[in-house]
Amino acid sequence: MSLGPLWLSVQLAALTTVVLVIAGTPLAWWLARTGSRVKPVVQSTVALPIVLPPTVLGFYLLILLGPNGAIGSWWVEVTGSALTFSFAGLVIASCVYSLPFVVQPLAAAFESVGDQRLEAARTLGAGPLDAFLSVALPLSLRGYLGAAVLSFAHTLGEFGVVLMVGGNIPGETRVISIAIYDQVETLNYAAAHRLSAILLVFAFAALLVMYLVNRRWQLR
Amino acid sequence: MNAARMAAMRYLLQRDGFALDVDVAIPLAGITGIFGPSGAGKTTLLRCIAGLERPATGRLVVAGETWQDGTRFRAVQERAIGYVFQEPRLFEHLDVRGNIEYGWRRRGNGRAQDVERIVALLGLERLLGRNAAELSGGEAQRVAIARALLRSPELVLMDEPLASLDRARRDEILPFLDRLHAESNVPILYVSHTIDEICRLCDHLLVMDAGRVVAEGELQSVLVRTDLPLMAGEDAGSVVECRVSGYDETDELLRLETSGGELLVPGKPRQTGTALRLRIRANDISICRARPEASTILNILPAVVDAIQPGEGSSGLVRLALGDDRVVARVTRRSIRELSLAPGDRVFAQIKSVAMRSRAER
Repeated sequence: MSLGPLWLSVQLAALTTVVLVIAGTPLAWWLARTGSRVKPVVQSTVALPIVLPPTVLGFYLLILLGPNGAIGSWWVEVTGSALTFSFAGLVIASCVYSLPFVVQPLAAAFESVGDQRLEAARTLGAGPLDAFLSVALPLSLRGYLGAAVLSFAHTLGEFGVVLMVGGNIPGETRVISIAIYDQVETLNYAAAHRLSAILLVFAFAALLVMYLVNRRWQLR
Repeated sequence: MNAARMAAMRYLLQRDGFALDVDVAIPLAGITGIFGPSGAGKTTLLRCIAGLERPATGRLVVAGETWQDGTRFRAVQERAIGYVFQEPRLFEHLDVRGNIEYGWRRRGNGRAQDVERIVALLGLERLLGRNAAELSGGEAQRVAIARALLRSPELVLMDEPLASLDRARRDEILPFLDRLHAESNVPILYVSHTIDEICRLCDHLLVMDAGRVVAEGELQSVLVRTDLPLMAGEDAGSVVECRVSGYDETDELLRLETSGGELLVPGKPRQTGTALRLRIRANDISICRARPEASTILNILPAVVDAIQPGEGSSGLVRLALGDDRVVARVTRRSIRELSLAPGDRVFAQIKSVAMRSRAER
C-alpha cells in the first residue's frame, strides 16, 4: 500500500494550517474588536465554507483559479504554470475551505481577552503590537490550539473541493480522501480500509489531544 | 503655583446623555482627590488624561510638556502615567513578578532597586512567584498598584481602586496607600465617591458633578465649602492637621495640638511630635454662646463664626474658624435663630468625637 497520498495530505494540511493561522490572526483580531457595520458581511463570508456544499465552493474556486480566472490568470503570468490541478492550487483552495475553522476560534479567544487587559498594557508602555504579542497572544493560546487542530483535521478530511480544483494526480493532488475513493471505486476494500482507519484514528487522536489540553488549562 | 509642577487640562467631550466640560489645573504633588457622585465624569476625566479617550477638544500640559492639544496627541504608551483601575486587570498568564515588571521593563531605564523598593512598599515579597490568577482581591489590587508605580510615572491615576473590595480588604490596602503617600513623592490623582477615603488620603480636592469641576483647592478649604450641595450632605465635615503633644496616662487620652487649641482624644500613646490628621464630622460639633461650665464633652475650643448655610429641612451648617483651621458644625435652623448666630461672632465649639489618621504610619 502506498502511503504517498497520506503524506501529501499531511503536507497540505500542515501548510494550510500555518498559512491560515498567520493570515487568520489579523482578520480574527479585526472581527473581535471592530464595531464596523460591514462586520456581519465579513462574518457571513468567513462562515460560508461551513454551510456550502464543497462542490459549490470547489466549482467557484475552479473558475477563480483556472487559467482564465482572476487569480489563475495572474498566477500563470507570474509562475508560468496553472493553479488548477496543482498542489499550490490545493493549498489556496484548502485555505478558503478551512478559513472559518481558524478565524472563529481565534476571534472568540480574542474577544475573551477583552479591552481591559489591553488598556492596562497600553498604560504600562506597550504599543498596540507589543500589547498584542505580550498580552493578547499568550492569553489566546487555547484559541490557537483549537484553531490549528481544527484546521489541520478539517483539511485532512477534505474531499469535494480537492476533487473539483485538484483532480486526482498522484504525488501532486491525490490526497488520502481521494485515494480512498479510488480504492473503493476499484473494489479494493482492503486498501480502502487501511487508509480509512488511519484517517479515523488520526482525526480522533487530534481531537482528543485538543480536548485534553483544554481540560488541563481549565483545571489550572 | 509653578506651571512646571502642574497638570493643566481642558476637555470637552460629548457622549449621548453625558458631557464632560473641564478646565482645571492640578498640582503635581501629593494626592489630589476627585470626588463626586457616579456619573459625574470622574473616570472619563482619568481616561482622557491617560489618553484612553480622545475627546474632540482636548488640551493637556503635564509639567510644562504638552501631551495633547489641537494638533498633537501623545499615544497612551508614550505617556508617563500609572493607571490603577477599579479592577486589578492583572495579566493571568504571568506570575506576580511578571506583572509588576511589565511596565518597568518597558521604561528603558528601570533599575533593579526600584523593583525591590516598590515590592517592599506594598508588602509583596512573598507573592512574587505566585500566579496572578491565584491572588485574593486585595493582593491583586496591591500588585496592580505596584505595577503602575514601577512604570515610573509622572502622575499616577487611581480610579476607585478600593471600590470593588469588601471592607476588610479595603482596610488591608489603605495602610499601604498611607505609606505610599508618606514615602514616595509621586503625585496621585485619586478618584473616589467615599469622603472618608478622600479625607484620609488626599491633600488637594477636586469636586465633580455632571461632567464639570464644581470646586477645586486644598483639601480642608474644599471640605468646608458648605455652599456646595455635595459637601453639605450627611458626610459633611472637615479635616484638621495636628501634632501629638503628650499623653495622659491616668485617663488614657492623647493630647493633640491644633492651631485652635489642645484636644484630648482617646487613644494609645504615640511619639510626641507625630503629625496626625483629624476628621471632624459636622454632626459631632455643637455650638455654645458661652463656655459651658460643666460638660461631659472634653473638647471645647473658642471659635469664630465664619459663614452660615441655612440649608434645607430643619438643619443648617455653620462654618467655624478654630485658629487657622476651618470646621463645619451641623445645628438646627432653630438654634441658629435662637442664638442669633452671625458671621464674626465669638462662640465655643464642643467637639464630641474625632477620627484620627496617622500621616506616616508604618
